Amino acid sequence: MKVGITGHGAYVPRYRIRSRDIAVMWGQDPSAVEGGLGVIEKAVPGLDEDTITISVEAARYALKRAGIPATEIGALYIGSESHPYAVKPSGTVVAAAIGAGARMTVADYEFACKAGTAGIQTSMGLVGWGSIKYGMAIGADTAQGAPGDALEYSAAGGGAAFVIGPDDEDNVARIDHTVSMTTDTPDFWRRDGQPYPRHGGRFTGEPAYFKHVVETTKMMMGETGTKPSDFTYAVFHMPNKKFPERAAKTLGFESKQVEPGLVVERIGNTYSGSSLLGLCSVFDIAKPGDRIILTSYGSGAGADSFVLTVQPGIEKKRRLAPLTRDIINRKKYIDYATYVKYRQKLVFAE
Amino acid sequence: MRKVAIIGVGMTDFGELWEKSLRDLTVQAGLEAIRDSGLPGEEIDALYAGCMSSGIFVQQEHIASLLADYCGLVPKSATRVEGACASGGIALRQAIMAVASGMHDVVVAGGVEKMTDILTEQTTMALACAADREWEAFQGVTFPGLYAMMARRHMHDYGTTEEQLSLVAVKNHENGAKNPHAQYRRPVTLEQVMNSSLIADPIRLLHCSPISDGAAAVVVCSKEKAKEARSEPIWVIGSGQASDTIALHDRKDITTMNATVVAVREALRMAGITQKYVDLVEVHDCFTIAEILAIEDLGFFEKGKGGPATQEGLTALNSQISVNPSGGLKSKGHPVGATGIAQIVEVVQQLRGQAGARQVKDAEIGMAHNVGGSGGTCVTHILSR
Repeated sequence: MKVGITGHGAYVPRYRIRSRDIAVMWGQDPSAVEGGLGVIEKAVPGLDEDTITISVEAARYALKRAGIPATEIGALYIGSESHPYAVKPSGTVVAAAIGAGARMTVADYEFACKAGTAGIQTSMGLVGWGSIKYGMAIGADTAQGAPGDALEYSAAGGGAAFVIGPDDEDNVARIDHTVSMTTDTPDFWRRDGQPYPRHGGRFTGEPAYFKHVVETTKMMMGETGTKPSDFTYAVFHMPNKKFPERAAKTLGFESKQVEPGLVVERIGNTYSGSSLLGLCSVFDIAKPGDRIILTSYGSGAGADSFVLTVQPGIEKKRRLAPLTRDIINRKKYIDYATYVKYRQKLVFAE
Repeated sequence: MRKVAIIGVGMTDFGELWEKSLRDLTVQAGLEAIRDSGLPGEEIDALYAGCMSSGIFVQQEHIASLLADYCGLVPKSATRVEGACASGGIALRQAIMAVASGMHDVVVAGGVEKMTDILTEQTTMALACAADREWEAFQGVTFPGLYAMMARRHMHDYGTTEEQLSLVAVKNHENGAKNPHAQYRRPVTLEQVMNSSLIADPIRLLHCSPISDGAAAVVVCSKEKAKEARSEPIWVIGSGQASDTIALHDRKDITTMNATVVAVREALRMAGITQKYVDLVEVHDCFTIAEILAIEDLGFFEKGKGGPATQEGLTALNSQISVNPSGGLKSKGHPVGATGIAQIVEVVQQLRGQAGARQVKDAEIGMAHNVGGSGGTCVTHILSR
């Protein structure tokens, strides 16, 4: 059975901190930081926000667009590397909050920044097999960056949710194909009990992000017999602005195909939510018949690639929940001290 | 003392070679050098390997045995040599002395460093082992800081400018762009260098050599054995080595490296020539200020005139003296233990006329200058066709 995206929803916390304010704090050159990463500001979750609350917001919007009762959701997966609990699923809280029933399966996923797309693939399997009618796949994070680390400029909060259901022209989009690549590549990790992740510096580029994103996208185009010019939009995981731009250029995509999904400049890297928020941003403007290629990337490492075709249903559904750009533009700037408070970075010795 | 020839050279690409280990790199460079020599591997009597800090970089010591093992040289004698970033040059000098003395007939001198398996901060700390740990490194001084002090003083005493420091990088990248083994095979503009991020005032990012992986090897032999070689032998006509205080603050003058002055004097005396006979020189430009110090201390330019000479283009390819035709450490890359041998690979290729687009015309005599730390060790070699 063919499957599609019945509804989508995005959520980004309203607080923003500017990269230059972080740079000044650590004695870095603000312009060099902005220019180097291409991240102007990042979204900061408030004190009462976490992966669960972000997921609930996004899931509610997705349900509005899907136009189905929550009780028809047969599976719910949340991909995140900042689940509030080490043991106890985020998914059960979210399922209860959106009013889903008990006849369902739930699991929390973790695969660095690509756990959300892994949830989409699992949902596609269950829907395609016919054991459930709808699945909810969410990618959400309140990403951690140690004070003073390069990650602090980009690690942000946000997420996106997708109702995966049978293919229908009333849907937002059809999922034509998905393919993944996985290797054991230790570019970025956080061990149990550690508050902040560690990374292999420049090793996170060439052998990690670029190798997986570029090869998986090529694999996808090979398997679907497509070329870059066949797509109206291309979305790649965006740990910063430079990486997806370079990957796109390597693959032969033009900036007009990539620009609409490049949300990283204004919200930072929302990890499991990153490429999915890029997709939601494309859904703000996509027209029926448009083809979209999306490749997520997760450190450790792997990439999931998707080819989607936008369905006529998008026109009616687009305005049933806030547009992604409106969510991104709804913002309030905070200073570094407030950021430290909201992210609970001050730790007192007992 | 017997006459000594270099009959084979080999090196890996320099760069971030994520998928190659220390032993992969060495085997690749070693086999290439042996193949290039035309001698069968069984003829090799001994190995000298330069490596600065494999213990910290890849947690492997005793690499003399490891390299002999993986290069198929067991049970021949194998010795590791360490002199910080001058390890490679010193390994070559040991090989030369072994052949010159008559102890051995054919010796391989190699150099290797695998630097990118650890984080940049750890690499910086590993390199800081080449400074005086108690009096420099423990106080927070790392190499960019030490060379920045030399640069500042040189600017103060001789009016050397930031632009002159930057033009060294521009010139070396221009050469390196023509070197297929170079880490950065692309030119940079003066503007890019002068606008790159500040590391330790006045040193900017593009004034620094990079962190690199790589290996290089050469086959050294006696005059008799050189007759069996595949290509025309290149002769070692001069070799000099000297030391200085390990800490920068113990020197009378930090705008000169006395170890360079002494080592080159020794090498020139042995060769029986003066600087004006030298067609090209590979100098140790770990930072661009180091190239300016080197061309002065080696006697190619008067003290204080290195900056203006660079600005006037006197050090460019096929000018007054071709300095760093390979691209130098700046553009070719700087896997610390391999650098001294890679310089010799370049000089040999230049003297053989095999340097392609970066060929120094009619090169007859070439020099290599390899420095350890902030100048605590220096070794120079002079080769001739």
